[in-house]
Amino acid sequence: MATHQTRATARIMMSPAVILLFLWMIVPLVMTLYFSFLRYNLLMPGTEEFVGFLNYKYFLTDPSFFTALGNTLTLVGGTLLITVIGGILLALVLDQPFFGQGIVRLLVIAPFFVMPTVSALVWKNMLMHPVNGLFAWIARSFGFQPIDWFAEVPLFSIILIVAWQWLPFATLILLTALQSLDGEQIEAAEMDGAGALSRFFYLVLPHMSRAITVVILIQTIFLLSVFAEILVTTNGGPGIQTTNITYLIYAQALLQFDVGGASAGGIVAVILANIVAFFLIRLIGKNLER
Amino acid sequence: MARAISTRRKLTFSILGWAIGLLIFFPILWTFLTSFKTEGTAIATPPQFLFFDWTLENYHEVQARSNYMKHVTNSIVISVGSTLIGLALAIPAAWAMAFSPTKRTKDVLMWMLSTKMMPPVGVLVPLYLIFRDWGLLDTRLGLVAVLTMINLPIIVWMLYTYFKEIPGEILEAARMDGASLMKEIVYVLTPMAVPGIASTMLLNIILAWNEAFWTLNLSAANAAPLTAFIASYSSPEGLFWAKLSAASTMAIAPILIMGWFSQKQLVRGLTFGAVK
Amino acid sequence: MLTRTLLLGAASVLAMASFAHAETTLTIATVNNGDMVRMQKLTDDFSKKNPDIKLEWVTLEENVLRQRVTTDIATKGGQYDILTIGTYEVPIWAKQKWLLPLDGLGQAYDADDLLPAIKDAVSVDGKLYASPFYGESAMVMYRKDLAEKAGVTIPEKPTWDQIAEAAKKMTDKSTETYGICLRGKAGWGENMALLTAMANSFGARWFDEKWQPQFDQPEWKKALTFYVDLMKEAGPPGASSNGFNENLALFQTGKCGIWIDATVAASFVTNPKDSKVADKVGYALFPTGDAGPDNHGNWLWAWNLGIPAGTQKAEAAQKFVSWATDKAYTELVASKEGWANVPPGTRKSLYANPEYEKAAPFAKITLDAMNAANTSKPSVKPVPYTGGQFVAIPEFQGIGTAVGQQFSAALAGSVKVDQALTSAQQLTTREMTKGGYIK
Repeated sequence: MATHQTRATARIMMSPAVILLFLWMIVPLVMTLYFSFLRYNLLMPGTEEFVGFLNYKYFLTDPSFFTALGNTLTLVGGTLLITVIGGILLALVLDQPFFGQGIVRLLVIAPFFVMPTVSALVWKNMLMHPVNGLFAWIARSFGFQPIDWFAEVPLFSIILIVAWQWLPFATLILLTALQSLDGEQIEAAEMDGAGALSRFFYLVLPHMSRAITVVILIQTIFLLSVFAEILVTTNGGPGIQTTNITYLIYAQALLQFDVGGASAGGIVAVILANIVAFFLIRLIGKNLER
Repeated sequence: MARAISTRRKLTFSILGWAIGLLIFFPILWTFLTSFKTEGTAIATPPQFLFFDWTLENYHEVQARSNYMKHVTNSIVISVGSTLIGLALAIPAAWAMAFSPTKRTKDVLMWMLSTKMMPPVGVLVPLYLIFRDWGLLDTRLGLVAVLTMINLPIIVWMLYTYFKEIPGEILEAARMDGASLMKEIVYVLTPMAVPGIASTMLLNIILAWNEAFWTLNLSAANAAPLTAFIASYSSPEGLFWAKLSAASTMAIAPILIMGWFSQKQLVRGLTFGAVK
Repeated sequence: MLTRTLLLGAASVLAMASFAHAETTLTIATVNNGDMVRMQKLTDDFSKKNPDIKLEWVTLEENVLRQRVTTDIATKGGQYDILTIGTYEVPIWAKQKWLLPLDGLGQAYDADDLLPAIKDAVSVDGKLYASPFYGESAMVMYRKDLAEKAGVTIPEKPTWDQIAEAAKKMTDKSTETYGICLRGKAGWGENMALLTAMANSFGARWFDEKWQPQFDQPEWKKALTFYVDLMKEAGPPGASSNGFNENLALFQTGKCGIWIDATVAASFVTNPKDSKVADKVGYALFPTGDAGPDNHGNWLWAWNLGIPAGTQKAEAAQKFVSWATDKAYTELVASKEGWANVPPGTRKSLYANPEYEKAAPFAKITLDAMNAANTSKPSVKPVPYTGGQFVAIPEFQGIGTAVGQQFSAALAGSVKVDQALTSAQQLTTREMTKGGYIK
């Protein structure tokens, strides 16, 4: 009886959030689905007509599509790799007592507060610029030819910028996890003569696995739709080397104003996102259920 | 002996820690410094670090060109507003999920998170049409609504993982004592949940503050926050490094300072269930 | 019944009262270019003359602005009262009846004073749909000192071969002096503006009479190869991400020998406040190539102020447009900032003004360049479209940018010229088929 009541209360408490989110998802989604079957270009009103799967055909047969898909995955994967490994190392350092630890921690988390647009602008113009940038100056002072970042290694440059923004987040979560590690356990291992490396791999890393999973989950959600950094720095180029799915849809929606095509792209992206979500759920499910 | 090692160790880590910290912070520091240079010194070779003629010219220029206070106010209203509404919706939901979970709780949570994976640009036109018909274009209310919905999944998720850490026995003990549901929430749950709520709030203010797609596309003059402010400096004609730096500094300073001051609260609850 | 009438009456009185006091607020969407920023700073003059009109500025970077205003006008969102739009948008939007014909600009406006080419570009069926704020063609700007040092002369009407030769001789990479700076950043209004104009002068065209893309033709190949080779040898590093603004900064800091770009740049590079090379700039017409000595690329552009159709504030908005684009505004800028800084390229009277001649050494060449541009016949071969450095069809923004990406990649060296042209041909054919041009 009591459980019945609790369950009813629980349902009522959940409903506002769930209903609103459902509406937020379903209304635009249905509209998008509808538009995706129309020839609908904002610049040519009055020519709307039902075209079946034509928009999907064009989007999926776009030679850029698979490149964009690959770029999206590389971007997510690359950034995750840098932030997770970097975050673990950084957390290990920050976990040690040292002078001015508090201030260093402030310095390390700072990039997280910076707007993506701003950080992209700063990196592009002030650091990575091949003529006036600081990196170019450093390279030249050591007698090297400066790297032309956005022409030679465009996707890596973007990964670098995005990773810089997300590294603090990963570090913070991983640090929290690290600090919850039982000190006695480590000491015991130390007594047993376990080296630093084996302590790390057999004690610390397993302890952090849950935190790592969380970092991967949260970041993936945000990284799948990285956009501002690309728009500001490379506009998806050179060629289509930095075009991800989000940017591809953007080009349809806001350069060609092809609402039909962009909607079809949006639906495809939703399906892809759900595939990713499915794998994430399995991953998380295993790791978080414990 | 042991002491000596630990001091040396401490010194090593101090150097390492500071080196990494400064390296990561450098782009921000560099932007800050450049904002006080003239356009000429901003791109001088070799770069000038501290010994240049400091000037406020760029800030005057930016101030003259845009209504900074209006943008800041909008940013504050939108990010704080959407976060508070988000919390009001999410706290009960997360509470329910954490304390009377059903078989479907996990699915609901994952579904919520998956709504965040849709690329916003795909639904821009539908949403623009809805906003136009409801008169929400270029209103703070409209932006608050959108950002609430965008961040709601993260809020729910964060709170849920945090609430779940609260041992159920305490609640049961309270229940045994005959505390009503209301009392249970106010006297038992809230104090334990405050760090998590505070941290969720801070994180979401940051996320909302930095959201650039919807805020830029659904606002014009009245509701435009700092993301729109920065868009007017992103690639103007001629030399712009110093002006860009000044505008960037102005755009990130408020949130950076808030972040630094509330750093402890932010970190304390920022676990996402990562710690067990 | 009575109460209802009373209520209605009261309401209407209230409405009228508030109407009488109401100040109209105009929301103006504009680009963050120097001339527009200057206009924004001079707002006080307008407010003094029109105390009942309040101005709200939305200043955005060009691409963002274009997205915002296009979305808004196409969905009739009504967020802006005055829009800053290019000569690309004006005819397309006017045909959709999205723009208000400007017939209330007043006597002082003097539409006959507008340069004929510019006036044509913003008129449809003889009606003015937007008022030009500043206009431009393209030309060669070069460093006289560097040319002298390298022992080259650049004639007033150079050919591409002469430009290439001079650029190579002026290059000295050890001092970070690059012989030529050209746009390389992908975008229909960035590298494709330059490359389309350049291709025009090489005798190439975008489409044949049946809307078949022409990237598989030898003219395009020659133009693009020439461009890529020249930039590799004499261009700055990072050229594939340089647009107008980046090149301007490079030229102003003395890192470019030759810069071929919009004529409007002349007033920036000669402004001693921002430019290290202000007194060393020489000018020449846009280079010619295989298309013969008369085809100077046909670049013509203007930023214009337009008003959305169906606005409730037509009168106030036209007042503002007229203030910002009439002859008095030119004089206002001249009195505050000097003649060299007035918005160029829209009015005959400006070029007849001896004071402007004196203050702006680039005045004559700008006028010559603008008069040389023929947007109805951009290429020597017949074309089904109008537009000089762009193609005036709605699909062009998307196609132009996608092609621009390919050419930018060719410049960056990540694809070969042939490959870039093949991709460009394929993607343009695809989009034109989708758009229903190619049956």
